Amino acid sequence: MNINHPRAHRRACLRIVLILLAIWFSVSFGCAIVFRDWLDVNAPQVGNAPFGFWMAQQGAIICFVLLLIIYAFLMNRLDAKHGYSEGN
Amino acid sequence: MTQDHLNFIFIGISFALYIGIAIKSRAGSTKEYYTAGGGVSPFANGMATAADWMSAATFISMAGTVAISGYDASRFLMGWTGGFVLLTILMVPYLRKFGKATVPDFVGDRYYSKLARGVAVVCAIFICMTYIMGQMRGVGVVFSQLFGIGIPAGVIIGASIVFFYAGLGGMKGITYTQVAQYCVMAFAYTIPAIYIAIALTDNFIPQLGLIGDYTADEVAIPFLQKLNNINQELGFAEYTSGKLSTMNMFCITAALMCGTAGLPHVIVRFFTVKNVGAVRKSACWTLLFIAVIYLTAPTIGAFSRVNLIEKLHNSPYSEVPSWFQEFEATGQMAWVDKNGDGKIQYYGPAKSEVGTATVFQGGKPSYPEYDAPESQRVGVNGERLLANKADDSNPNELWFGNDIMVMANPHMAGLPMWVIALLMAGCIAAALSTAAGLLLVLSTSISHDLMKKIVKPDLSDQEEVRYARMASFGALIVAAYFGINPPSAFIAKTVAFAFGLAASSFFPTLLIGIFSKRMNREGAISGMICGIVFTISYIIYFQFLGGHKEQYFLGITPEGIGFIGMLINFAVSFIVSSFTPAPPQDVQDMVESIHIPSGSGDASDH
Repeated sequence: MNINHPRAHRRACLRIVLILLAIWFSVSFGCAIVFRDWLDVNAPQVGNAPFGFWMAQQGAIICFVLLLIIYAFLMNRLDAKHGYSEGN
Repeated sequence: MTQDHLNFIFIGISFALYIGIAIKSRAGSTKEYYTAGGGVSPFANGMATAADWMSAATFISMAGTVAISGYDASRFLMGWTGGFVLLTILMVPYLRKFGKATVPDFVGDRYYSKLARGVAVVCAIFICMTYIMGQMRGVGVVFSQLFGIGIPAGVIIGASIVFFYAGLGGMKGITYTQVAQYCVMAFAYTIPAIYIAIALTDNFIPQLGLIGDYTADEVAIPFLQKLNNINQELGFAEYTSGKLSTMNMFCITAALMCGTAGLPHVIVRFFTVKNVGAVRKSACWTLLFIAVIYLTAPTIGAFSRVNLIEKLHNSPYSEVPSWFQEFEATGQMAWVDKNGDGKIQYYGPAKSEVGTATVFQGGKPSYPEYDAPESQRVGVNGERLLANKADDSNPNELWFGNDIMVMANPHMAGLPMWVIALLMAGCIAAALSTAAGLLLVLSTSISHDLMKKIVKPDLSDQEEVRYARMASFGALIVAAYFGINPPSAFIAKTVAFAFGLAASSFFPTLLIGIFSKRMNREGAISGMICGIVFTISYIIYFQFLGGHKEQYFLGITPEGIGFIGMLINFAVSFIVSSFTPAPPQDVQDMVESIHIPSGSGDASDH
């Protein structure tokens, strides 16, 4: 399949990027820094660790890895849909 | 067999491996020298990038920082991994599609200006140079501890090994060596953590032990609660709550993240893979491999803090284990018996009326000359005496550097000798892999961006590689010189500030260059200059000209000011470019084309 609409492709890319960056921002700056004190008190503990503290030391990093895996999957699929894939 | 023999064997084997790989995959052409021929698999490139990224400072001192500052150290954990997300999503796929071998190449072409290229070359050289000095120092310290030689000799040995395989092997050589180095580092870091997790929490996965129960006492209690309890008992802040203000924490983390995304030596790593799709996969692998170490660091920090206090606090000097004397001998731990009871006491700032916990006056321990009378060198309990005066405003008697937590951890937990030997090999791998990667970027900046593109455009392929090798030799001599004679605390500080500088200069310029067609040369150059000048002057004012804490802008420390510098860069760029003419059509077409992922071809220097 070869559609090749650069403009549509670029818009779709931008949407993926913005959604992922929003998640990136909320897990790191949101949960682990700005709202951390509130989350420590009000969110369920992770094991024995307060939620905000755990996000700062472990959770955010795990989310980052997941974000990149999702990014690679979505973008490579998008490229294939628009006929930009190079068969790797 | 003694510890020294084992250390020697482990490091000997790992070196033989690195050099063997370097010889087998040495570079023949400029393409192989700069980008390993562009055909490295995403998996191998991910491993190599992870090794490149984790320097001796990360490997050795990060866990120590976590142990001492608890929650506050999360800024490094998140800053250095979160930056990778920015790098992957916003930068590398597009720069890879652009298809040139270096970052100044992109800046020079995108902003159609030799001046912009020149500024970028200077920034790249400055950032890499400050980094590599720190690495050479790290190599020197590890070697000198290992073989009992002086630090200068250690630095020179390290420098010649780095030159051998980075200078000769080029990108192809170091990529495959770094794969081996990553494996050594990963094992060296995780195995001690697993042993200690079993001993303290009865759980063989350290990350689960951290959020599990402390089981070494009769009654099991949550591990973090145990840590908070002992911290408060001794007068330190609670481990899980931070001292930094939210604003400051936010800015420092942001500066570290954006700085990561603007570091030239990490960006060029992604030019070694086949195409844009492979770049994305490679970045996943890289972050996954980095996460293995970064998720373990907080556990090592927390475990070793408990271990350190349980083993040392309130124990008589005559009964402490022999590793304590070893660290005293190298000047990384010190004990001043202020109350004369012969026992080591370790207390935090809350135990003193004036809120301090400094053991002695002056920042670093200094010792009497070796020919001083014995009564000045050795105390009544057999401890090593300091030349510094004791600070009697507080009861704390124990001093140690951040760096020893990882090194002392296996000793404290009584682990087998081979684990300690493996750790030594890991430290050296961390320092060498980063130094080699930096050296390569330095030499290409000089041979390619400076010689070929600015000074002498008719350079042939072979001459260029020769210049690159000469440049790496020259850079290494300078780095080794500063490794032997560090300009006091300056290097350690500049390494941390290099992130702020990268965030306020490279990051915005690259980002706008990729995503805006309208941005022109005038906007980019004035933005870069305003951002970096603001950041440098703030740092210099507060670090070297005696600015006071009360004068901090919004309470932001110089560590985090790069974030503000970055915002200034963005603002100035957009304002200036809106009053000046749009860039030429061919540049606008180029920006359009880097967003189309296919047809990237080889990353080369044409």
